[in-house]
Amino acid sequence: MSGAQGIAVPLAPTPASRPSSAGVWRRFMRSGMAVAGAGLLLVVVALVLAAPFLPLSDPDRTDILHRMARPLTTGHLLGTDELGRDLLSRVIWGTRLSLLVGVVAATLSSLIGSALGVVAAYYGRAVDTLVMRGVDMLMAFPYLLLALAIVAALGPSLGHAMLAIIIVNVPFFARAVRGATVSLRQSDFIAAARLMGQSNLRIIATELLPNVLPVVVVTASTSVGWMILETAGLSFLGLGAQPPVADLGGMLGSARNLINVAPHVAAVPGLAILLIAIGVNLVGDGVRDALDPRLRAGGLARISAVTEVAPDRPMPAQPPSDALLSVRSLRTEFRSGGQVWRAVNDVSFEVRAGEAVGLVGESGSGKTVTALSIAGLVASPPGRIAGGSIRFKGQELIGAPLAALQDIRGNRVAYMFQDPLTTLNPLLTIGQQISETVRRHQGLGPRAAMAQAVTLLEQVGITDPAQRARSFPHELSGGQRQRVGAAIALANSPDLIVADEPTTALDVTTQARVLALMNEQRHRLGAALVFISHDMGVIAELCDRVHVMYAGSIVESGRVADVLSRPAHPYTIRLLACVPRPGQARREVEPIPGLPPATNALPPGCAFAPRCDLAIAACSAGAIPMVAVGQEHAARCVRTRDALQEAAA
Amino acid sequence: MSGVAPLELVDVVREYGGGRSLFGRRLPAHRAVDGVSLTLQQGATLGIVGESGCGKSTLARMIVGLLPPTAGHILIDNRPIDQFDRLSLHRKVQMVFQDPLGSLNPRKTVRQVLEIPLRSLRGMHAPARRDRVQELMHLVSLRAEFIDRYPHEFSGGQCQRIGIARALAAEPEIIVLDEPVSALDVSVQAQVLRLLQDLQARLGVAYLFISHDLAVVEAIADTVAVMQAGRIVERGGAAQIFLAPQHAYTRELIGAIPGLSAMPA
Ligand SMILES: Nc1ncnc2c1ncn2[C@@H]1O[C@H](COP(=O)(O)OP(=O)(O)OP(=O)(O)O)[C@@H](O)[C@H]1O
Ligand code: SF4
Ligand SMILES: [Mg+2]
Repeated sequence: MSGAQGIAVPLAPTPASRPSSAGVWRRFMRSGMAVAGAGLLLVVVALVLAAPFLPLSDPDRTDILHRMARPLTTGHLLGTDELGRDLLSRVIWGTRLSLLVGVVAATLSSLIGSALGVVAAYYGRAVDTLVMRGVDMLMAFPYLLLALAIVAALGPSLGHAMLAIIIVNVPFFARAVRGATVSLRQSDFIAAARLMGQSNLRIIATELLPNVLPVVVVTASTSVGWMILETAGLSFLGLGAQPPVADLGGMLGSARNLINVAPHVAAVPGLAILLIAIGVNLVGDGVRDALDPRLRAGGLARISAVTEVAPDRPMPAQPPSDALLSVRSLRTEFRSGGQVWRAVNDVSFEVRAGEAVGLVGESGSGKTVTALSIAGLVASPPGRIAGGSIRFKGQELIGAPLAALQDIRGNRVAYMFQDPLTTLNPLLTIGQQISETVRRHQGLGPRAAMAQAVTLLEQVGITDPAQRARSFPHELSGGQRQRVGAAIALANSPDLIVADEPTTALDVTTQARVLALMNEQRHRLGAALVFISHDMGVIAELCDRVHVMYAGSIVESGRVADVLSRPAHPYTIRLLACVPRPGQARREVEPIPGLPPATNALPPGCAFAPRCDLAIAACSAGAIPMVAVGQEHAARCVRTRDALQEAAA
Repeated sequence: MSGVAPLELVDVVREYGGGRSLFGRRLPAHRAVDGVSLTLQQGATLGIVGESGCGKSTLARMIVGLLPPTAGHILIDNRPIDQFDRLSLHRKVQMVFQDPLGSLNPRKTVRQVLEIPLRSLRGMHAPARRDRVQELMHLVSLRAEFIDRYPHEFSGGQCQRIGIARALAAEPEIIVLDEPVSALDVSVQAQVLRLLQDLQARLGVAYLFISHDLAVVEAIADTVAVMQAGRIVERGGAAQIFLAPQHAYTRELIGAIPGLSAMPA
């Protein structure tokens, strides 16, 4: 590349993974219920805003002659109340008052509560203790009782009722916002903001608040409905709005004695309250779902237990081999937003019994998706297996029934992941979790299973295993957790262990110990291993053969020693040059310029061509086959001969 | 100024916990950093290597003034850091964090992130800031059109470049890099290491480079200090530490470098 001394020039950024504001709006509009609620509220709000301009009679003008007139009486569309006041006019003005009180109460209590929560969380220590103890004290009282006590002390009036509602709601906001802020405060960007010379006030205002605002807005918008109901409740008891002015609760309260004589007088404000509550809650739910799609009810339930398989998938031309695991022409893709991301694109490899095979490549090259495809663990939707064959001990796994796959998962094929914390249950001790795995597949009793769990912990080098079996996952260090991950993987003496970057989150010292352990235990059980890493050095530690992946395809395969000493694909050569080798003080590391291509728009021919300094026209003409360069050693490149020479130079 | 070490640590100690319990009983304190003395030369790179939990990050946070030491002295340009006011300290020494995305405010664009230090630390006005932001983007090889994007729109390596640009905006003499490449895969790690070397050659900034990986430290540092359980157990020239390790722990760190025996030189 001609750029400044080979400093990589970044290409297009990765696709956005966080919800964009356009996405939030789209998701909100897709939810029919939320839109209906918003429509309902809009009509109500428009009506009460227009109240002064509508041809309504004075809501407080009494007319004893026409008291308790039925609805649809001329001049009184909804009838009149016990003093002959027009109900339509009263309900519109009453709704106006109730909405105003609800919105003001929600705004003020969320503002005060959030301010307290943010200050408590940011300053911590004494400030936090002081604020949160105060909040606890308020919350110790029953909610409604506290509101009643406040109004009783101040005297009944709508303003006092509102004040009471604000006071009792402040603690909820303070709690929610403090929780959201505490986790943010620990984050590095707050530390960075201090180093950039920002004052505390500025950090709170410009770094913390914008990030907790969504929490505040969602909580506030969902609580407006509650606050309207609560004020209505106080007015109903005669503690809020005082006659002749009435909010919805006050109207309902004075009509309650007439329920047998003139039910419509109570029904009209009652219905108004119902409609507002429904509208506010539908909108609130919609807002929450739109902001966080994962929380949507049933959202997770839709993901199927096994990866979807394309019914019309092409079958591989080659017959399956008799290896332990044989993957042929595997294609796994993700479909979203009308795009197809070809994460795994015609991948073939096999694993013989007892052998260790490495998959190596940059982030996003499809290593994880390949590994997850084996046991049908790729999330569907959006993932799906679009073609190929995966045979384990001769049995076809693609399209196999769920029961067959479940028997294989965790029993014949065991998985290890980067952070076992995400796969361990935080509420169970590690002893319980290991013995559970053992019981399910070996049919042992609880005692025997627990004894087995302790033995397994000892085998993976956990000191004081009987004691440690009683620990919860979060009480262990990263290295210990990965040893537990190994213990679970080894529990049922699997034939194959699939380990996806199990040591990437560990420091090199701990990594070396875990790698040594995996090697030793694997040999003891005679299990085969598929080991995934972005670091060729780690692969070299424990694998017999390696497949180098790039943009969803295998670009070089061979015995580890051969690939390391005679790399035949330009990508492999460049990848090896990225690994710092000690002992040659300040030897320049050689970064690969640019970034890998996005898998929804793969270039024709060699996907590495835009970054390859050997690229010629033939590279982009069409699909490139694997070219043999030695025994069991092949590379997907039209210039393997030149690549080998370059590597040797 | 040449000859004066911009950063010097003398017997620095940091304890966590301790103090007294509710009943006045002394609580046991944990010494995260236990008497560390170090010198960083102008425009040079000092590597600190050790496994996780050995006190590396605590040391880093003390040097940039985020955490006060329990005992000992941290001198910048021969002046103890507690004699600096906050802003002039941050103009001297800056930091790059381990988690590329976590060290950027998700709701600020690159431009907003880079403008803060220019305004509060360098007192620049809007037109000057605009030009300087462009320069900084160029310096870390980020395309100018990315300037109004949000952090989540970038890859890990790109986020780390933004973090480096932010540190450079303060025009510091020293940058403390706390595991700056540990969260990146080898190819992106190589890009960031190269960028750091390049910037040092151009700007003459000194690095305190912290990592658990001796191979990475060795690739970028002039001198290396090996840290174990809060203490420096060995120090020396980068190549010398690797070729003739004196301490058993250093030998363990070398043995832990993956694939060292299998990989051809
Ligand atoms: N659930 C998903 N939805 C959409 N795309 C996905 C999903 N999971 C993975 N992908 C895409 O599939 C491709 C391959 O991803 P994969 O996780 O297999 O990479 P990898 O090689 O394991 O990378 P890493 O080293 O970062 O773990 C990437 O482009 C990724 O964005
Ligand atoms: S096929 Fe061409 S572009 Fe691809 S790696 Fe080989 S030489 Fe480079
Ligand atoms: Mg992966």
